[in-house]
Amino acid sequence: MSKILVIAEHADGKLNAGVAKVLAAASKIGGEVTVLVLAADGAAVAAEAAKLDGVAKVLVADSAALANPVAANLAPAIVEVAAGYSHVLFPGTTFGKDVAPRVAAKLGVPQISDVMAVHSGSSFDRPVYAGNAITTVEAPAGTIVITVRLASFTAVAASGSAAVEKVSVGVTAAAHTRYVKLEAQKSARPDLQSANKVVSGGRALGSSENFKVIFDFADKIGAGVGASRAAVDSGYVPNDMQVGQTGKIIAPELYFAIGISGAIQHLAGIKDARTIVAINKDAEAPIFEVADIGLVGDLFTVVPELTAKM
Amino acid sequence: MKAIVSVKRVVDYNVRIQVKPDGSGVVTDGVKMSMNPFDEIAMEEAVRLKEKGKITEIIAVTIGGAKNEETLRTALAFGATKAIHIKDEGEVQPLTAARALAAVFKKEGASLLIAGKQAIDDDANQTGQMVAALLDIAQATFAGKVDVDGNKATVVREVDAGLETLEIDLPAVITADLRLNEPRYLKLPDIMKAKRIPIEATTLADLGVTAAAAVKTVKTAPPPTRSKGVVVKTVDDLIAALKAKGLA
Repeated sequence: MSKILVIAEHADGKLNAGVAKVLAAASKIGGEVTVLVLAADGAAVAAEAAKLDGVAKVLVADSAALANPVAANLAPAIVEVAAGYSHVLFPGTTFGKDVAPRVAAKLGVPQISDVMAVHSGSSFDRPVYAGNAITTVEAPAGTIVITVRLASFTAVAASGSAAVEKVSVGVTAAAHTRYVKLEAQKSARPDLQSANKVVSGGRALGSSENFKVIFDFADKIGAGVGASRAAVDSGYVPNDMQVGQTGKIIAPELYFAIGISGAIQHLAGIKDARTIVAINKDAEAPIFEVADIGLVGDLFTVVPELTAKM
Repeated sequence: MKAIVSVKRVVDYNVRIQVKPDGSGVVTDGVKMSMNPFDEIAMEEAVRLKEKGKITEIIAVTIGGAKNEETLRTALAFGATKAIHIKDEGEVQPLTAARALAAVFKKEGASLLIAGKQAIDDDANQTGQMVAALLDIAQATFAGKVDVDGNKATVVREVDAGLETLEIDLPAVITADLRLNEPRYLKLPDIMKAKRIPIEATTLADLGVTAAAAVKTVKTAPPPTRSKGVVVKTVDDLIAALKAKGLA
């Protein structure tokens, strides 16, 4: 039987919502599931994790060295606990992506990144080429480290009551790494990567000033704002707004592509959007091939009208 | 002070990826190949650090078949001072690549590995972190800003919650995110000059590296296709269509 260790990402004493999705992937693997909380004081996070369905046990390793999410400190602690486990699962967040390979290398075992479907304890699907192809992979015998693609799993419910146990780990903070600070995003707009709705503008906007029409519309419907690479390269908006293969890969419920032709590299970033709306004056633009709803027209008249009416 | 930059040859980001009908992989024959875009950013950062006098040498390293030499030529055109080609014709697992890079890092007495955060072919996002683990040195992934001051580096990381700042002692591994910089356009004279620089060849065996247990790719399939939607004529029709989907 599989013995699965799920690493609990947390911040400010709260369990990351992605952990409930990792548990959904764990239940597909099947076996005994243990959640590991590493923190300076993990009691509150452990209590939250203990409620999640499918959890057999929660281990809490409290140490001053684990106060901040520093991979060089977390990895040795995880390696210590991971002995005897067949699978070590992380959420596919920047946290999981940072720490998981450090654990895998220390264990001398492979990592499978971005698991989107589980066929068995050793067979998984994962996207490659920014989701333009899906591979089925077979893991070798022995422990495997996995990061779970959160957009592919539905969170488990919180109706359980697992036991919480303390575990001691002999970790000291690495002298070579000092955690300085976290600046949380100050933008009043929803974060591009977790927003339910995203409005993106492309080259057709023509200037930085003209992007106001995109921002106004996004603010009206409470959406995050993105841009095509062409718009970023033209200097209309900063790099961090780029949606696409070399920018951010997003999966909102509703996506508006405005004045975006639909280059392959952009489409790779929006494949998982539930509904795509395209507004473009070129009826032949490739974006219309993937759009659920298309409107051929001049964005400078269409978008303000949409802003007023929605 | 030496920096190593790992570079990978991948299908160009502008190519429409085609899955082979027999499910054995994606089509790479006759397809434009380029340096992984995140590795270009890593290369650019190394060159800027050298221009600022923070590092003195840049060693570009790649692992793969004969054609990967092109990628090293690109790295030399960027401004790498040396290029090492670890020749291997097989599919290289991230852990194997990490072991090889760690071996080169030690052999060269390097202070910094700058790598792309991930390659846009396998999208694994593992190798840099694995090198840091194998060498027991600091890591700063998803770097959006790097300042090197003597034997220290301050790195602003682009994490899900915002911008995280780490101060790390060298030797260290830094992986480049998209916003770190904008790679320069290579000039023809630099490209020509790069062709004349000798490339050092080695193998995994020469480096004393054993290949890691392989995760086998059993099948490659195209992603589920999106069905073509409707085209509406007016904004009112658009809003009605959104309402029908419960989205407005």
